[in-house]
Amino acid sequence: MAGFLVRRLLNYGVLVVLAASLAYLLAAATLRPRAEFAERSPRPPAAVVDAQLTALNLNDKTPLARRYATWASGVLHGDLGRTLNGDPVAPELLRRALVSVRLLLVGTVLGGVLGVLAGAYAAVRQYRPSDRLITVGSFVVLSTPVFVLAVLLQLGAERVNQATGVRIFEWVGEYTPGHGAGPLARLGGRLQHLVLPTLAIVLTQVAVVSRYQRHLMLDVLGADYVRTAMARGLTRRRALLRHGLRTALAPVTTYFAYTFGFVLLGAMFTEKIFGWHGMGGWLIDSVHRGDVNAVAAVNLLAAVLVLLAGLAADAAHGLLDPRVRTGR
Amino acid sequence: MTVLEVRDLRVTFRNGTVPAVRGISLAVGRGEVLGIVGESGCGKSATALALTGLLPPGARATGSVRLRGRELIGLTDAELARVRGRDIAMVFQDPMSALTPVRPVGDQIAETVQIHQGAGRTAARARAVELLDLVGVPDPARRARAYPHELSGGMRQRVMIAMAVANDPAVIVADEPTTALDGTVQARVLRVLRAARDATGAAIVLITHDLGVAAGLADRVMVMYAGRAVETGPVDEVYARPRMPYTIGLLQSVPRLDGRPPFAPAEDTADRPRLVPIEGHPPVPGRLPGGCPFAPRCPVAEPRCREAEPDLRPVGADGRAVACVRDIRDPAGVYPRPVPPPPAVPVPSDRRWRRPVLEVSGLTRHHPLYTGGRLRRRTGTVRAVDGIEFDIREGETLGLVGESGGGKTTALMEILRLRAPQAGRIAVLGQDTATLTAARRKALRRDVQVVFQDPLASLDPRMRVADILAEPLTAHGARRRAAAGRVGELLALVGLGAELAGRYPGNLSGGQRQRVAIARALATEPRLVLLDEPVSALDVSVQAGVLNLLEDLKARLGLAYLLVAHDLAVVRHVADRVAVMYLGRIVELGEVPQVYHRPAHPYTRALLSAVPVPDPPRERRRRSVALPGDRPDPADPPAGCRFRTRCPRHAALDPVRARRCLQVDPEPVRVGDDQLTACHYPEAMTP
Amino acid sequence: MTTTFREPPVGMPSRGADLARRVLADRRAVLGLALLGALFLLAFAGPHLAKWHWTDTDFAAMREPPSAGHWFGTTQSGRDVYALTLRGMQKSLLIGICAAVLSTGLAALVGTVAGYAGGWADRALMWGTDLLLVLPAFLVVAVLSPAFRAAWPLLVLLLAAFMWMVTARMVRQMTISLKRREFVLAARYLGVGPARIVVRHILPHLGSLLIIDGTLNVSVAIIAESGLSYFGFGVQPPDSSLGTLIAEGTGAATTFPWLFGFAAGLLVLIVLAVNLVGDGLRDALDPAAKGGDR
Repeated sequence: MAGFLVRRLLNYGVLVVLAASLAYLLAAATLRPRAEFAERSPRPPAAVVDAQLTALNLNDKTPLARRYATWASGVLHGDLGRTLNGDPVAPELLRRALVSVRLLLVGTVLGGVLGVLAGAYAAVRQYRPSDRLITVGSFVVLSTPVFVLAVLLQLGAERVNQATGVRIFEWVGEYTPGHGAGPLARLGGRLQHLVLPTLAIVLTQVAVVSRYQRHLMLDVLGADYVRTAMARGLTRRRALLRHGLRTALAPVTTYFAYTFGFVLLGAMFTEKIFGWHGMGGWLIDSVHRGDVNAVAAVNLLAAVLVLLAGLAADAAHGLLDPRVRTGR
Repeated sequence: MTVLEVRDLRVTFRNGTVPAVRGISLAVGRGEVLGIVGESGCGKSATALALTGLLPPGARATGSVRLRGRELIGLTDAELARVRGRDIAMVFQDPMSALTPVRPVGDQIAETVQIHQGAGRTAARARAVELLDLVGVPDPARRARAYPHELSGGMRQRVMIAMAVANDPAVIVADEPTTALDGTVQARVLRVLRAARDATGAAIVLITHDLGVAAGLADRVMVMYAGRAVETGPVDEVYARPRMPYTIGLLQSVPRLDGRPPFAPAEDTADRPRLVPIEGHPPVPGRLPGGCPFAPRCPVAEPRCREAEPDLRPVGADGRAVACVRDIRDPAGVYPRPVPPPPAVPVPSDRRWRRPVLEVSGLTRHHPLYTGGRLRRRTGTVRAVDGIEFDIREGETLGLVGESGGGKTTALMEILRLRAPQAGRIAVLGQDTATLTAARRKALRRDVQVVFQDPLASLDPRMRVADILAEPLTAHGARRRAAAGRVGELLALVGLGAELAGRYPGNLSGGQRQRVAIARALATEPRLVLLDEPVSALDVSVQAGVLNLLEDLKARLGLAYLLVAHDLAVVRHVADRVAVMYLGRIVELGEVPQVYHRPAHPYTRALLSAVPVPDPPRERRRRSVALPGDRPDPADPPAGCRFRTRCPRHAALDPVRARRCLQVDPEPVRVGDDQLTACHYPEAMTP
Repeated sequence: MTTTFREPPVGMPSRGADLARRVLADRRAVLGLALLGALFLLAFAGPHLAKWHWTDTDFAAMREPPSAGHWFGTTQSGRDVYALTLRGMQKSLLIGICAAVLSTGLAALVGTVAGYAGGWADRALMWGTDLLLVLPAFLVVAVLSPAFRAAWPLLVLLLAAFMWMVTARMVRQMTISLKRREFVLAARYLGVGPARIVVRHILPHLGSLLIIDGTLNVSVAIIAESGLSYFGFGVQPPDSSLGTLIAEGTGAATTFPWLFGFAAGLLVLIVLAVNLVGDGLRDALDPAAKGGDR
């Protein structure tokens, strides 16, 4: 297992390098940071712009290969370059990533768990009203793009706020600047801001995962080993829970790996709409500004994360399913 | 003392639209074994599930099932759960899918103990190890921690039995407990089941399609057809003097190891008498004909048979009963004597003068071995076929037998490729396959055709029968019109009506499908037909008809067959010569009568001794040669003789002679006129 | 010997008729098809019913709520929301369908070739597929977005280029397992050539997968297009798509709901309809996916 993981890690490593390099090359070849400098008022002299761009390794007069070499050797030494403002990218990336993590962690985990439970429950109650409700609900959520869902949630929250006369929900940013004095009030404020975006992520996640889990669980409902468990003296419910769900859980891990990229993408929308200054929002702003190094850094991190998720899924699958561990 | 009593049990599927069981009654006493036999779709498995309340959703059981006087029908799931596993236990057919793949088997046994005896985790686990020991699993403490996929089929089935006896149940329902297993493994599992009965005094309801298995284990049998019992009684009586035409037909259509048909007059001494098939095929549940459901297939049906369905009526003493309006005393006279095969294309009687159709020598096929699903990697080499040699001459059938993993099918596929093998030589009609050009290879394909095991898989489900039969012809350059013209001819050749040409394979019965597959193989008028388990997916009564057809075609068209089969009785009926494979090698090769009468290799002996005989007194006397342990991993065969790890003869040798088995890989040696064996100490030479 | 019950042997109508019958028997598929038909009608016939063209500006009505003159109201610059929304629907439907057809076709091609050829061709194609999976699709589309102003088909190409990989892997897997199926082996050993085997025995079995996948890809493509447009990386102004309309309306969703509501509602309806058809098709064509008896 260990030797195998190492080889897979290597394979992933090659893919990360390729993906990150391609992202840099693409961004460097097509984005126009020069415009950002040249169009400042008062209009700076060309030589100054050139010097500034060269200092940031963004000068389009430098051959692309040379810029790439500079960037790549920097990355190898842990230096991700500088943003257009001249700040180092790495600390900013870290700060942004932490914001994203705060937003994503609760939503994804909660959504995954709830999704598995909802899917399994729906499968067991196949064609009864509760199953129909879950199936139709996830169907409608899946058909609603995140940016529509988020706005709908905001509209709903606004209604609640108006009806109660208290600002229960907040949806702009991570916290209200200058709000609350004590640490407790600050924490409360942050939680208030967390509710809506988390809800948006949870809903999508539940919709996706529950559909998949329902499908897996339906395959298991008629499985011979569930019948055997019942023959041993377990009730249907316990047999399904202890043997059916346990077996149907393993393939979901693979699914998480597949969808992790989409989760990141969805998060980007969510961040942007709810005004969180996370990784996704940064990427979009940076593309608009032509900030090559920031774009490349976000892509690098995203590639690493996607592949790490794949690796984690492999490991989890092996942990949950002994057949994967030992073969056959 | 009756422990299980069933009255008028009825089971319907799909919310009552499909009746699977249509009113059966039975009673089983303590320590008694009741065999329920019948073909697919007769309702025997539905009966088993209904007894334990394990019917799938959408199925409904009515009537009465009393376990030690307590009514089970109508209990809630929670109430049934307290009975299941404690008072009534179940052994299922396929132990691979019947065990939870992600939990160790010991935990699964322990769970049974925990639920019903309230034992703690540790105590339950210890009990699980004891139980594994009881059913003869070696090294039980280690095996208890194994996952199902890490155990062999026989081992898994013993785990199932250990689970079933864990709480000393009053009744064990065993649904096809040995069907998925190899012959020698089946013999061992049946012994374990018998021992479990003796140890616990449990009553056993044994559900099987195999008349031999029922003969050996059952005290009484119940024959089912179309959801009802058509004949019941003590096993000896029913097998010796069946009174229902269906039972008679079933007993006559089973191929037997000794080749002798049942109820035959003593003067019938033909070496290979023909099997007696039952015409037609079993009815589809929910689409029964009016009157007696067997009437359309019955050779002695009368008009009144089609009017009303006869009830089971008692005949004679001992609780015998039969559902037939006629009073049949002479079973031999019911079915017409089979017509002998039409005159053969003349071939020299002496084998040496006949032309070889297929010559194989030193044939080798090694597969890379991968493990893991997503985590795939190569971990070794499976020596699936490891240097085998045989030939087939015109008008001759060679049976290739052995248990799973022996390499039979691999050998067949290797020949079918018509390409250079990894090592060794294959020559078809004198042409070495290694030297063929693409055009010659394609031309040669006309002469070598194949029939696979499962016709449902080997016929494209999206093509009509007519297109399926025309495909080989058009592939070899025939015009569409000409090919279409031959379809009717081909259907007639295999005994099917031309009206089937427009059907899809999914709308044919199993027997019809296999006949279509045979017709397709014959379309190009081949000289050699490779048959890969051609009847093992078919019901017994249908199987006999297909076997007879194969024999007729061989005689009429002068075909040669390579028949791969695991059923030695089938090979006994069809083949002229037989080759026995074990771990990629042929361990014995020779003429069928000789090999079956005087097997020289201990493996052949063990295989032959493991075949159950559908004759209760003989089956109870039969002593099968026990093979210890499991088949070694074909990726890592033992040094020296490959069979020595399980060889009873090797185990009995003195250390000096035994050393030869350990060190020297035996070459085939001649032990008879036309009999070779790869054993250092063959039977014929060691008195 | 299991107790399975096959359909009784009866004469069968042709495959195509049978397929249509099964699809039409599925309530969801019918509902989805009807909805989709209505939406198509609205998108392509609807513009002729109103007097405003999507490029027109009505200086007399700015940010007007829905009225008899402007059925969906107007934007702050006085453009007719009804005309703009239908224009956006046309774009979204067109882009979605084209991208789905392209991507499914590509998946079928790559998948069958890799699966049937095996060996090096397989490895090379699958490596390329993996690479595309890790490529930052969003970035590629984003940086090329200025070009869409001139040519929206480029957006279709890009969307398709990043959508086919998972399907191709599925097709490959199915091709490999079909290749091992006995009826394909039988055909091979009967002497039928590889091209004919792929056309006669393999493609018909992939048909339902591809139809289903193609349908579901339509909704994926529509969501992707509108998402990109939402952030300004998709359809470029002055043209409009549902995504751009929603983006413009989001900020004023509470005060001027018509700017957001119509575009968002129609987008959800389109995706819902397509998903309904896809799900219905899946159940009708692929009995294994149903996982249970009805």
